[in-house]
Amino acid sequence: MNDKLKILFNGIIAENPTFVLMLGMCPTLGTTGSAINGMSMGLATMAVLICSNVVISLIKNFVPAKVRIPAYIVVIAAFVSVLQLVMEAYVPSLYATLGIFIPLIVVNCIVLGRAEAFASRHGVFDSCLDGIGIGLGFTIALTLLGAVREFLGTGKIFDATIYPEQFGSLVFVLAPGAFIALGLLIALFTKMREAK
Amino acid sequence: MKSTLVNMVLSLGVITVVAASALAGVYTLTKEPIAQAKAQKQQDAIGEVLPGIEFNNNPAAEATEVEINGETVTVFPARKDGELVGTAVESHDNNGFSGLITVMYGFDPAGVITGYAVMQHAETPGLGSKMGEWFCDPAHSIIGLDSNTSNLTVSKDGGDIDAITAATISSRAFLRSLTLAGQASQQFATQQ
Repeated sequence: MNDKLKILFNGIIAENPTFVLMLGMCPTLGTTGSAINGMSMGLATMAVLICSNVVISLIKNFVPAKVRIPAYIVVIAAFVSVLQLVMEAYVPSLYATLGIFIPLIVVNCIVLGRAEAFASRHGVFDSCLDGIGIGLGFTIALTLLGAVREFLGTGKIFDATIYPEQFGSLVFVLAPGAFIALGLLIALFTKMREAK
Repeated sequence: MKSTLVNMVLSLGVITVVAASALAGVYTLTKEPIAQAKAQKQQDAIGEVLPGIEFNNNPAAEATEVEINGETVTVFPARKDGELVGTAVESHDNNGFSGLITVMYGFDPAGVITGYAVMQHAETPGLGSKMGEWFCDPAHSIIGLDSNTSNLTVSKDGGDIDAITAATISSRAFLRSLTLAGQASQQFATQQ
């Protein structure tokens, strides 16, 4: 039981995809203009990650080593397209906000990275747990980054006003602020991990 | 697993066939809801941009495409007992800060702006994305302006409208699509 929990928490702290592995930086920087966008992107990626981890761990014994990457990419791309269609049908407003970043989940290094590093070597249940753990780690990181940027940039968190908007510094909503905020958060996270 | 030509072709073949059929299945299932969601959004926007105007036709069913300066915009006429009481115009501009913006505008038969709803945009969150609230805020509202007589450009360009703070490009795109919509509405009304 203990090592199952360890797999789950591995993704959130020890191997947090954003703060430690630093994978999938493109959607991280691109979608975190607000906390809600960051969280939606994290959850969408988590859904794909769990499904692809499970399927890849199921088919790992039937896929020849030399074609495993194309095979995994097809699996991941299929799940992303399914997710895209489902979101467009049932949550059109969210789909409109995340736009281009949904299809880009296909090329998110985290998804293929976990398929190659974890799912292709472990059982179905462990892979599912790894998907949940890494997905949660990614979601938490993106929500946090989105909240920090939204707070510093517009004075709001999840659209709730904390301080008047005109005191915010716009740079945090724009791309340069994403790098600055991400850098500071990584530093903070590393400091906290080392303090333990 | 050792790779041979046969098992590589077979495994990739099987995976792609399964993935393709799964996608086809999901596509068929979601086709209807996607079309519905789009129609619903359009329907809601038409009602939203024509507040207080009563009509008893279905504007979406009477959608007409009007061409202005080579750009095509869609006009949804709202009628009461056959008489034109307002138009909702879905207009667009390709030069937003992040490309295409699509906005639905409402006009009464005289050309006065009754409302607008942003349908689609990719503007910077917190800046250009504020166009949804900015232009209906009483401090710098476009609602109630006459699209024929007002100078619908930002004050920086000598117009009557205050641009969104730090988002002049988005504001210009918004006003260009508004001007286009106003012209289309006018052209449509005169043809009636």
